[in-house]
Amino acid sequence: MSRNRELISKIGLRLDGRRPDELRRIRCKMGVFSQPDGSAYIEQGLTKVLAAVYGPHQVRSRQKAQHDACIINTQFSMAVFSTNERKKRPRGDRKSTEMSMHLQQALLSVIETDLYPWSQIDVYVEVLHADGGIYPACVNAATLAVIDAGIPIKEYVCACTASLGNNEVPMLDVSHQEEILGGPTLTVAALPMSGKIVLMEMSQRFHLDHLPKVLNKALEGCKDVKAILDEAVKNHVSEIGSATGWANTTS
Amino acid sequence: MFTTKCFIKKNKIGNFLKHVREHYIRDDISCGIPSCDDCNAEASSHLNEVHLNKCSLFKFEHFIILDTNVILDQMDVLEEPIICNVIILHTVYKEVKHRSLPIYKRLNAVLENPSRHFYIFVNDHHKDTFLPEDKNELINDHNDRCIRKATSWYMGHVPKRHFVLITDDAKNRQLALADNIPTCTITDYVKHLENNSILQDKLSRKDFHSEKEAKDIFPPHLSTAALLKGIKEGVLHQGTFRASKDNFLEGFVSVDGFTEPVLLQGRDGLNRSVDGDIVAVEVFKMENWVSPSEIVLEDEGVSEESIEDVEQKEQALKNTTVQEAEIKPTGRVVGIIRRKWKQYCGIIQGNSEGLYQIFVPANRSIPKVRIETRQAEFLKTQKLIVTIDSWPRSSRYPHGHFVRALGRIGSQDTENEVVLLEHDVPHSQFSEEVLSCLPKLPWIITEEDEKRRVDLRSIDICSVDPPGCTDIDDALHCRLIEEGKLEVGVHIADVSHFIRPGTAIDLEAASRATTVYLVGTRIDMVPGLLSSNLCSLRGGEDRFAFSCIWEMDLQANILSTRFHKSIIKSKSAMTYEEAQLTIDDQTKTDAIAESLRNLNKLAKILKKRRLENGALVLASTEVKILMDSETMEPLDVELKKMYQTNSMVEEFMLLANISVAQKILQEFPDCAMLRRHPTPPASNFDPLVKAGRHLGFDIQVDCGRNLADSLDRAVKPENPYLNTMLRMLATRCMLQAVYFPSGTLQKEDFYHYGLAVPLYTHFTSPIRRYADIIVHRLLAVICGSDSTYPDLLDKQKSSELCQNLNYRNRMAQYAGRASVAFNTHLFFKGKLNDEEGYILYVRKNALQILIPKYGLECTLYLVKKNETTLFEYDEEHQTQRAGDVVFHTFDPVTIRLQLDSSNIQHEKFSVLLVQPAIPGFSVPALSKDDEQVNDAEPVKKGKKRKNIAAKSPKKSKS
Repeated sequence: MSRNRELISKIGLRLDGRRPDELRRIRCKMGVFSQPDGSAYIEQGLTKVLAAVYGPHQVRSRQKAQHDACIINTQFSMAVFSTNERKKRPRGDRKSTEMSMHLQQALLSVIETDLYPWSQIDVYVEVLHADGGIYPACVNAATLAVIDAGIPIKEYVCACTASLGNNEVPMLDVSHQEEILGGPTLTVAALPMSGKIVLMEMSQRFHLDHLPKVLNKALEGCKDVKAILDEAVKNHVSEIGSATGWANTTS
Repeated sequence: MFTTKCFIKKNKIGNFLKHVREHYIRDDISCGIPSCDDCNAEASSHLNEVHLNKCSLFKFEHFIILDTNVILDQMDVLEEPIICNVIILHTVYKEVKHRSLPIYKRLNAVLENPSRHFYIFVNDHHKDTFLPEDKNELINDHNDRCIRKATSWYMGHVPKRHFVLITDDAKNRQLALADNIPTCTITDYVKHLENNSILQDKLSRKDFHSEKEAKDIFPPHLSTAALLKGIKEGVLHQGTFRASKDNFLEGFVSVDGFTEPVLLQGRDGLNRSVDGDIVAVEVFKMENWVSPSEIVLEDEGVSEESIEDVEQKEQALKNTTVQEAEIKPTGRVVGIIRRKWKQYCGIIQGNSEGLYQIFVPANRSIPKVRIETRQAEFLKTQKLIVTIDSWPRSSRYPHGHFVRALGRIGSQDTENEVVLLEHDVPHSQFSEEVLSCLPKLPWIITEEDEKRRVDLRSIDICSVDPPGCTDIDDALHCRLIEEGKLEVGVHIADVSHFIRPGTAIDLEAASRATTVYLVGTRIDMVPGLLSSNLCSLRGGEDRFAFSCIWEMDLQANILSTRFHKSIIKSKSAMTYEEAQLTIDDQTKTDAIAESLRNLNKLAKILKKRRLENGALVLASTEVKILMDSETMEPLDVELKKMYQTNSMVEEFMLLANISVAQKILQEFPDCAMLRRHPTPPASNFDPLVKAGRHLGFDIQVDCGRNLADSLDRAVKPENPYLNTMLRMLATRCMLQAVYFPSGTLQKEDFYHYGLAVPLYTHFTSPIRRYADIIVHRLLAVICGSDSTYPDLLDKQKSSELCQNLNYRNRMAQYAGRASVAFNTHLFFKGKLNDEEGYILYVRKNALQILIPKYGLECTLYLVKKNETTLFEYDEEHQTQRAGDVVFHTFDPVTIRLQLDSSNIQHEKFSVLLVQPAIPGFSVPALSKDDEQVNDAEPVKKGKKRKNIAAKSPKKSKS
């Protein structure tokens, strides 16, 4: 056991060659589908997630409808081929349901729901490949998709994981391999600009001495993610804008 | 800043799974060479351009780049400080870790030493040196390619410096030369170094005598593929080889599928296996099975070449008659699955000249080893360490190389060193880093300390310990607080105040785990300043303590318990004897004497209660060796004396431990460090029950309580020592007590069998046991005087720690016994004594005899080889009869003891029977005059003596 615990080598590199405070490579694309109102695809390392947003549209079930806000319906699912061993069912199990709830919580905190009374927004996320940090990837993808759908939000909601390597060094954005070998993982979804934490989850207990530094690391990670997403949104907008000639007018 | 590349791995976890991992390639990895302008100088680089390597093979000063095989095989050479400025490639580093963890650890030690100038270059994440694996390329070839690529990159990157690739792989060397990389083998390299003679001895050679066409004297081993196939098909069997200690041509392999271990005989049968190796054996057909020979064969071979004497002995082995009843499955080794070669202690067999010497290991189950050395004359006087490198078919002995010399043969220091090494006891000097954690002298108690601790300096506290004890870790007090109410305090040295978690001193103590007591020396767990000064609760000095204080009534019922850190001043540090005298001397009525008397009274009640609960009173022969302070030779061996005060101190320590165990479990149900003593399985008690039955006692072993009772009943007036012997037997049936974190077991398993308490821990000796320090820390958190730290609460970490503690404790115990055994031998050197002893076991051909006076066990052989025996063995009643004399278990006998020093490696006792007299077997008692030093007696020559020479007893094996 102890021999595997060496998540950060003597030279200060992690198993995949990153330094402790580095994110995995993030690549993203907005507007990948034309049918939904908004969609996005994100890759964080090998974790790959698709998100699609429908709405705001009329509420399907009358009981849930709210007179002063829209409801957000989220559905999380994992492709059966996304993990090493084929999954039995893509959605509806306990873990997926939990993920859906958490996603909903994150989105509720940023979407200006009171602008759309009696309506509903559907957010579907599909994990194509799971390699650690599924929830952060889903949150980030959903944020992009919501922006793509043109739904007003207060600010970006970004998520990131952090863990503790060699029991002392906080490290960012853990991969699946590190998740298995390492200690507890902290998942944080935050509003990076205002610094508010929307959701925080620990896979195991942290010692109190370690928690602040790991949390800070995770928040830094959220900020880094935000910068990357922001860049992607700007690129996307300018691409679309230049197609309509809009980009030229602003510059 | 980086780009990514993914690569695909196929792993096998039950079924085939495809794993995809990321692999980042970076542009910020430094080459580590200080004068390089292109790379950011990295702080972790120890490379130095002043002490570059010089080797006459190359005309320039250079850095060295090593191949994996060099590190794996030649670690002994690399540990020599002559070789420095070495670049370890990450590819190599990873492969070393994968192939051999011990070597990896040693490599890390070298890497961390800045004076060696080693550096790890992460070539597989560097943008210029990363090479993707080609299809159909073997991993080895890929690694070699990476090594060459990195070397040529270095040459291009820093053109003004030179680099040399050292590899023992001929193909790699050839390809490197094609790329214009300077390269050579490690052997050539070392040969062309200045001052190379020591290094050359340490070279491990796999290719001895390849030039000379020697006759093969062993059958070949099968290839690995053939072995695996054979095992899969069930034709071959896999198991660990255990060599016989008495016969070098015999050994056993325990394999699945056979209830008995498979017997291997002769040179072909053993086929170059060494004790501990995992081998593949082929089992013969049933009609070829033989019985293990009873004969003792020693390897008397003197040189490499001659094998005639082995052939003769093999013949002798074959001629021994096959005893039908004793037939065992027989087979032969066809291949070695994994070598378990270690480093071995021993001496040079000093009768050959020249470069090649034969090394004789101290452990008799290891074959002799041929080594190459240029310092034979010096080494002949030394105990040394040797490792085995290879065992070619054409060689009678395995080939090895010299690692280091321990000291002169027979000297006390050397023997201690051997004992410590054999038992894996860490015993190096404390490092600077550790010593820097010590408090500065003069050490004073600050006001801050006084505020945080309860001041108990006014209370009359005293300590009671064995004479000469300098690490006093417990002190006691007892006073009347009101009528019928006593306050009893146990004060334990507050070691955790000085040893803070995570510091170098803490890590060192955790790895040492315990202080090891050898005869004449002590291997401290913590540096001497702490163990015998600042932590030791010496009389008349202010010391920090952790106090456990009870209020008790006169019937020793605990009314309340409290724990706190305190400052104490012990009024007097007494020995057991002094304390006993103080208690007995009715004229003394001072506070200390009163307090001791009260403690003694309470202790008696506590003990009685404990025994009623079913705690066992076990016996063992603990002896004390009196040393001459100048010559360091043993003067006398005596049993440890026991006073009432011994048991008094013990009772209160037990009580403190139990109280603390309850407290820490209550507060930390998941990670309390406890100690348990598992209930032994009933089958363990078979020898005890059997022995009891032969003597007419019914020993009940179903529970501790019954065992204790039935042991109490087993008394025979005519043999007062009988009860003690039974208790000793009972001790041997027990399992080892172990530490464990409470979260890892069910509550029922916490039970301490020997003490008959549901919860137990160690709290009272933090100076010499690491477990106690952990318990102190836990308790300090509970009292609010200290804070927790992550590792303390981590179940996994605690569990790993416990494993180490248990291992070290066991080893320390064995080492202590081995040291006593050695000194007992030393004591008997040149003496000829008649001693009174008792028969411990009756065996088929021998009697196992215990001499209580020295705590010594020896074997008296009754059956002589090739002679008809006088004795009749009665298996049912476990007796030996010769004429009118019948030997039962536990019968008293008188024997004559002498140390047979003809073989300095294996000094052994020769044992002769004196009483009861059996004509033709026993020897007459010595007259007073004979009991002098009598070296002239030629022990070895007497034909009778030789056969009854006993093995040295109590040789504990790790």
